[in-house]
Amino acid sequence: MIASYFQWLNDTHGLNFSVFYDAFDRSRFLTGLWTTTYICVVSIIASMVLGLIGVWLAGGNSRLGRLVVRGYVQFFRNTPPLVQLSFFYFAVAGLLPTVSDGASGQSPLVSGTGWAIIAFSLFAGAFNVEIFRAGIEAVPSTTVEAAESLGYTRLQLYLHVVLPLAFRICLPALNNNLINLVKTTTLAYAIGVPELLYAASQIWSEMFNVREMMNVLLVTYVALVAVLVWIMGRWEKAMRIPGYST
Amino acid sequence: MASRHQLGEPVVVIEGVEKSFGSFPVLKDVSLTVRRGETVCIIGPSGSGKSTLLRCINGLVPISKGSIKVAGREVNDASLDKLSLRRDVGIVFQQYNLFPHKTALQNVMMAPIHVLKQDKAVVEERARRLLAKVGLSQKLLAYPGELSGGQQQRVAIARSLAMNPKVMLFDEVTAALDPETKKEVLVTIQDLAAEGMTCILVTHEMGFAREVADHVYFTDGGLIVEHGSPADVFGDPQEERTKGFLDKVL
Repeated sequence: MIASYFQWLNDTHGLNFSVFYDAFDRSRFLTGLWTTTYICVVSIIASMVLGLIGVWLAGGNSRLGRLVVRGYVQFFRNTPPLVQLSFFYFAVAGLLPTVSDGASGQSPLVSGTGWAIIAFSLFAGAFNVEIFRAGIEAVPSTTVEAAESLGYTRLQLYLHVVLPLAFRICLPALNNNLINLVKTTTLAYAIGVPELLYAASQIWSEMFNVREMMNVLLVTYVALVAVLVWIMGRWEKAMRIPGYST
Repeated sequence: MASRHQLGEPVVVIEGVEKSFGSFPVLKDVSLTVRRGETVCIIGPSGSGKSTLLRCINGLVPISKGSIKVAGREVNDASLDKLSLRRDVGIVFQQYNLFPHKTALQNVMMAPIHVLKQDKAVVEERARRLLAKVGLSQKLLAYPGELSGGQQQRVAIARSLAMNPKVMLFDEVTAALDPETKKEVLVTIQDLAAEGMTCILVTHEMGFAREVADHVYFTDGGLIVEHGSPADVFGDPQEERTKGFLDKVL
């Protein structure tokens, strides 16, 4: 039904949405969508883990730990993500050994998709460190003092008191950063990762339907971010505390 | 009202304690002893170091000089296990400082489960009993934001009691409350003192101090100016500074 409508649209009006009626293009596009989603989900989770580890070390007693986190945040916050990605893919990847692909050839240890995930996780993670730090600093010191007086260790304090409150405070800022991360994944195009933008460009260079594919691409990203916003909104709602405002 | 009950061995022994914040001395040579079952009130003008002294007792604020012993344990010792100290010392703050993301019941249960690693069912039973004791059986599932100041403060008292402390510290716990809710909290503390809990109160409630205290300390400028039974300190103060203060507040 949908396929025949778009076929008709192409035949009579010259609007070529090939992804809706051409099985090959559709499969290429869906592969791109899946790759983008995969990079997004893994990078979002990894960047949040990095943010947590970073903020734990940044507030810790180890001078070395604090220095490492500060260096990490400065480096990844102050350089363009495209340069970071290229650095990993072209500079770092060359230093790593290759592995046998089972047949006669050798394949790289980490794929392009792998490097994209690593680069984006580190990039967004640096921002997450600062976002979590802002949330933690907004937890009243009196609440922390109360937990310390009850004998809480630093880890227990973080797990049961500070982080649950800090998360609620920094969720809007975290939302922004994660949305940015989703959009930044298009940069993986530059190292040939078959994500959405790459798939779209392959299709439009063969079908000459740049205008149509651009629209499809934009709408797809709007939908992707909408899903993320919806999930984060649900999360925020689930964490709402009766009678408490931050 | 003093010595309604037999006083036991010393629980808190403070000797020659000094504390400075930067170059500003907050405590200058403070000594006092609190025995088991005793209720001690510390009164005095703002900025005289009363709250700082309480925070030194549970190690929240490190002291510059002198010695504080809690149940025989030196607080100022770097190798001290803070957990075991804080298990013995409960503290209730002026601003309640409850955990806002947990219900009243959870607030009381958290520390025994997380810190003392006690069994959840046992802790819950105790938490319910303590909340009933402070008159909040109806509010077990309410969040702090849904409770009045006086109710929050009573949850805070129950939360400290759940750790089975040897001594309870009260840091101007009624200062943020209106007269009506103040009464609920004071009655709760009075009951505790009557049951033989060792209590150290920093307070501006002179009438209450006079009623519940076994011993009253008057501090000013980081020093203990005068101390004695409530009858002596309130009825027949010896120092000019004490007289001046009491004239203004009574």
